[in-house]
Amino acid sequence: MHSETKLLVGSSVILSLAITALVALPYLQEEDSHPPAGLMPYTDQQLRGRQVYIENGCIACHSQQPRTRLQAPDFDRGWGRASTADDYFYDKPTLLGTMRTGPDLFNIGARQPSKDWHLGHLYQPRAYTQGSIMPAYPFLFILKNKASPGDTVVNLPPAQAIPGKVVIARQEVLDLVTYLQGMDHTYPVDKLPNLPEVDKGTSGQTSTGSK
Amino acid sequence: MNVLAILLSAFIIAIIGLMFFIWSQRKSLVDGGDAAARVIFGADEVGTIEDPSATPANRKIQQTHLYSHTAPGHRISDEDLQVRIRADQSSARVTLAFFCMAIFWLLVASAFGLISSIKLHEPDWLTQSQWLTFGITRTLHLNVVAYGWAPMAALGVCNWMLPRLLKTPLAGARYAIAGLMIWNAALIAGLVGIANGYNTGLEWLEIPLPIAVWLAIGGALIGMPLVVTLQQRKVAHLYVSVWYMGAALFWFPALLIIAKLPIHHGIEQATANWWFGHNVLGLFYTPLSLASIYYLLPKVIGKPVESYNLSLVGFWTLAFFYGQVGGHHLIGGPVPGWLIALSIVQSMMMLIPVAAFSINQHLTIRGHFHMLKYSPTLRFIVLGGMMYTLSSVQGSFEALRSMNTVTHFTHFTVAHAHLGLYGFVSLVMFGAIYFIMPRITNWEWPYPGLIALHFWLVVLGFAIYFVALTSAGWMQGKYMLDASRPFMDSVHVTQPGLIGRSIGGAIMTLGHLVLAVHFVLMLRRSGPRRESAAILNQASA
Ligand code: HEM
Ligand code: HEM
Repeated sequence: MHSETKLLVGSSVILSLAITALVALPYLQEEDSHPPAGLMPYTDQQLRGRQVYIENGCIACHSQQPRTRLQAPDFDRGWGRASTADDYFYDKPTLLGTMRTGPDLFNIGARQPSKDWHLGHLYQPRAYTQGSIMPAYPFLFILKNKASPGDTVVNLPPAQAIPGKVVIARQEVLDLVTYLQGMDHTYPVDKLPNLPEVDKGTSGQTSTGSK
Repeated sequence: MNVLAILLSAFIIAIIGLMFFIWSQRKSLVDGGDAAARVIFGADEVGTIEDPSATPANRKIQQTHLYSHTAPGHRISDEDLQVRIRADQSSARVTLAFFCMAIFWLLVASAFGLISSIKLHEPDWLTQSQWLTFGITRTLHLNVVAYGWAPMAALGVCNWMLPRLLKTPLAGARYAIAGLMIWNAALIAGLVGIANGYNTGLEWLEIPLPIAVWLAIGGALIGMPLVVTLQQRKVAHLYVSVWYMGAALFWFPALLIIAKLPIHHGIEQATANWWFGHNVLGLFYTPLSLASIYYLLPKVIGKPVESYNLSLVGFWTLAFFYGQVGGHHLIGGPVPGWLIALSIVQSMMMLIPVAAFSINQHLTIRGHFHMLKYSPTLRFIVLGGMMYTLSSVQGSFEALRSMNTVTHFTHFTVAHAHLGLYGFVSLVMFGAIYFIMPRITNWEWPYPGLIALHFWLVVLGFAIYFVALTSAGWMQGKYMLDASRPFMDSVHVTQPGLIGRSIGGAIMTLGHLVLAVHFVLMLRRSGPRRESAAILNQASA
């Protein structure tokens, strides 16, 4: 065999094997997935909010994949039970993330349902969590002298309030907050493959309280 | 469907196939080795150093020190010299074009890296515009290093090595130039898109399909000179660097297209994402950088690779094992257990090709370590080669569940990423650029002191970067696993390390500026004209 042929055949075969294992087989397995009964499809507004999450690169710091209790204390932090493939049924694309510079957000809606909190926190994270290194997102808000009808005014803590000005939430941030409020995967799932008993036991619980 | 059975049989078939492959090369494995390793030298050239990056005085020292008490170095024959000069001339324009883009992107990448880094300890800095928010500057940094600096440098080196390795002028350079223009146009479009929120949300694949397809087309065009020149090759044996380059050039467009197919969904999309993410590292940047070391190291010290056969075994095992490690980016995630297990096993198996390379590099350079003092190229590539070993061994252990549980979501991973892409790939590329530029511009580096300055700045800066971030990341992971600590403790504990990273990164950036200034000075032909003006191999006369 020519060296060239060997190289081409060899590298194609090897690539095909890798595709089979990491792309094709998971693809086939994915066909079996179905949405859990407790999982709601996203509303249009939530989908727009999800797009804002993607555009601003929130994934750079936040994961969406709590681990099992055997592996890590994610549940005890209020991040929820370990997620399963079905939980992501409506996610296009999945936003699993690989960093936890900030906390996991898979159940942020259950942990922190308040719209006011979210808006204020996005405007200035350090007003709510001392020492947070999350960036502020002032460009998602408008500073006005007086709110017009239909404006959503952000209720900031007194220390943050700017005298004579009101902070108005733009549509994008309102969408984003709806998405975050909807992040609630605390419903029970019956199918927890490959998970230890402890997780099955807690899968139905609502996770509350963050540490 | 019994996935495990399918997988197990596929695995066994694959291992048998791999063995067969290596066996099918036994002829060259048994007897061809030594001759094959000498392919990169002219008839009488072994024992002659080639080091255009060194000063004439240092070249003389290297040559006499090295070979005065062993076999005397012969000079390359005039005939071989002509072939090599023609080879260098044929690739000069293409390679220079690639290098110019590489240096440009290196500066852009450094700027965005530094901005992102500072933002992690000064979160209220530059928050007024969306495109300057951390999530975006970090993504821009990643895409500029991944599709700008690293591939532009590596593909430039690749196009320059080809005619030398095949001993025939580079053919089809037009395709590479066209590919370069398409690629860079696509990259710019992709970056502007990301800055404005046009982004798929998948790491390493942020650039959306309509633009990414042009990266794949550009990549395929850049591979064309390889296809065309191979048909005119004047060598019987393909040197190991050609294997690495050929495979990498074929793999990249294939990887990108498959990862971008609009069929992926659900969790499978995440596995496809990381199948791509690790393969672009393992089957693209890594082989291109290893190809450069396998050529430049023996060339600089005038001595063939110690064990040529080991280098080929290394090639096939790397190709095989690296392809399947992507799942180690999803350990603990909602992905099938068998997939994670497979990736962890293959990550450990990666120790084989890594050992093959490391042993080979060590045996080849053994006895010549003092040359590091005189040769800038050698300094960069030998250090880069060592970083390859370190990053890979670190990576194999990072893939183990016990260690990954601590490090997965932390800055430890980022430190590892830089050990690989910076310590290994970027240092090797620096070394290659220092070697190649005098050959393709017929001009020596104007100020050798600047090369030394660049070296020490990036080594110092990177040492700070790596140590600061590794320790911060480890503590971060430990604190996060400790349920008795609030999450915020894991944020606070990283602060000194993140500040350290900014300091280290600033020093590295300074080093990159030195390189860029020197590069421009060279293009403008400033500096003292030296007697040998980098004429091929004159120093050994
Ligand atoms: C000039 C010095 C540099 C600085 C200050 C710097 C800084 C950074 C920062 C802050 C991040 C984001 C980490 C995070 O998300 O928390 C990052 C990511 C990254 N950088 Fe750099 N960087 C530099 C140079 C480079 C170079 C030259 C390369 C490679 C050629 C590189 C490759 C990467 C990669 C691959 C990532 C993604 C890491 C990951 O996803 O885990 N960086 N860098
Ligand atoms: C035997 C070889 C190697 C193995 C087994 C390995 C393994 C790993 C593992 C386990 C991770 C962490 C995944 C996570 O926890 O999120 C990782 C990340 C990474 N590695 Fe390696 N590594 C190897 C060599 C290299 C080399 C040579 C490079 C550079 C060319 C490299 C570049 C990276 C990058 C950039 C990341 C970060 C990816 C991201 O999160 O965006 N690795 N590697």
